[in-house]
Amino acid sequence: MNTKILMTGNEAIGEAAVRAGCDFYAGYPITPQNELTAYMAKRMPQEGRIFIQAESELAAISMLMGASASGKRVMTTSSSPGISLKQEGISYLAGAELPALIVNIMRGGPGLGNIAPSQSDYFQATKGGGHGDYHCIVLAPSSVQEGYDLVFLGFELADKYRLPTIILGDGMLGQMMEALELSAFSSQPSAGKKPWALTGCKARKPNIVKSFYMHEGGLEEFNKKLQKRYRQIEKQEQRFENSHLDDSDIVLVAYGSMARIARSAVDALRKKGKKAGLIRPVTLWPFPFDIFDNLLRKKKKIKFFVTEMSYGQMLEDVRLAVNGRAPVDFFGRSGGGIPTVEEILEKI
Amino acid sequence: MKKIFARPMSLRDIDTHYCAGCGHGIVHRLVCEIIDELDIREKTIAVCPVGCAVIAYDYWDFDCCEAAHGRAMAVATGIKRVQPDKFVFTYQGDGDLAAIGTAETVHTANRGENISVVFINNAVYGMTGGQMAPTTLVSQKTTTTPLGRNAAREGHPLRVCELLSGLASVAYLERTALDSSGAVIKTKKALKNAFLNQLQGKGFSLVEILSPCPTCWGKSPEESLRWVKEEMTKVFPLGRYK
Repeated sequence: MNTKILMTGNEAIGEAAVRAGCDFYAGYPITPQNELTAYMAKRMPQEGRIFIQAESELAAISMLMGASASGKRVMTTSSSPGISLKQEGISYLAGAELPALIVNIMRGGPGLGNIAPSQSDYFQATKGGGHGDYHCIVLAPSSVQEGYDLVFLGFELADKYRLPTIILGDGMLGQMMEALELSAFSSQPSAGKKPWALTGCKARKPNIVKSFYMHEGGLEEFNKKLQKRYRQIEKQEQRFENSHLDDSDIVLVAYGSMARIARSAVDALRKKGKKAGLIRPVTLWPFPFDIFDNLLRKKKKIKFFVTEMSYGQMLEDVRLAVNGRAPVDFFGRSGGGIPTVEEILEKI
Repeated sequence: MKKIFARPMSLRDIDTHYCAGCGHGIVHRLVCEIIDELDIREKTIAVCPVGCAVIAYDYWDFDCCEAAHGRAMAVATGIKRVQPDKFVFTYQGDGDLAAIGTAETVHTANRGENISVVFINNAVYGMTGGQMAPTTLVSQKTTTTPLGRNAAREGHPLRVCELLSGLASVAYLERTALDSSGAVIKTKKALKNAFLNQLQGKGFSLVEILSPCPTCWGKSPEESLRWVKEEMTKVFPLGRYK
């Protein structure tokens, strides 16, 4: 039987990484994810893995690049301002087709902002973040257990598609304690599955890991290859949770911690006899466009209500998904404010 | 007939993209000669910089990794920590190592990472067309110091060996030059020391090589060698720093 224990989201993500076979972790202190870095400092050496406290986020993400280029499973974690610094390396990882897991326990911005939970890095995570034409897979857990589970999925998807994958949590999820069911250690991917890795050119031609394409047409050709992969991911990897969609007139859309509050709002509306439902995107990229499409094909009279700890970032993707076929309303707060059930009910 | 001179096995037989009189070609070759001599080609992983040597992997016939500008030592740290049995070196210029990558340089050295660093100091940004480097000499003209580097405004040349020599975790620091055949032989010896240190687990080793850049200095290859010897070594004294 699997053990059930009480853990914070930060610690759960750390333990999941250890159990998912993370070989290398580099991080830099930043609130509200410090427990995660400290957890890795303790756990990684216990398992004979590598932990480094880097001199900066710039260095941490480049250390990941080296360890990932070596064919290893790698993770870094940070919070919003630190993730901004990591965008340099994330773009290089995307350009060099290197898998990595990057955890953002979001805090308030812009600038130094504050250390309160926030969801204002949605644009940065889902629309590229760094320079160039690329995407990261973005996974949004809404509970400690899901944060744990998505680490395993995140590593798998990063390896499968050879790209950086982001877990987009927030300070509430990172700091909150919940019951967690631990799973067994999963086997590490064998080096044979990464023939591109830099392991020394013994009995093979040298490998080069790079994102630089100077010859004419080279970069365009490479970008077309990436885009083809992104289209495949968009088709195959959309994930979401929903409730009451069959008989809903109004569908709330929220992700991460905010979805828990939205769920309470849906329950409250149902108690009042209102036909409310919920769509909770789990993958923010690829955004689960198909569920909106399917719903709008079946139901002519429906409206959507998006709620976020931002002033409307995921809202733009919901509007794209709905594409003018139904009304889309919004309520959000950011900078430390968290929309409450009462506020949501009042706005609907 | 006995063969007494040949291209190192680790050096590919391709045309060079470097300018006439540039020092990179010499150091690329020295690196390959040593790798052949130590028979470590199959366990070598190089980290190439952003700068003129960005495509060093086109010349080198062993595994190579790209790094963002200034981050070569962080990438090397990641590689070496997960593969301590491999030979890992970075090859970086002055802008990369001593301006945008200064933090990585100081902290990689201070952690005593068991890697080797080949540092080409030619007192200028070559690839971007000759801007002021952290190592540009006072009164040296560059595209961004058209009247010459002014110490009052732009400071003095950054001396990397001197800077790192105070760090307890550093194993080996030496500054050499490429201004004569004898100097090239000394450079090779220093590089070999740095490479052997890593193989023997001694820790962080760096060789700073004063190298000519005739194109960005606006000098002939011959004048450039003289300038290395007569001007650069005054500011950057040669020798062992640690």
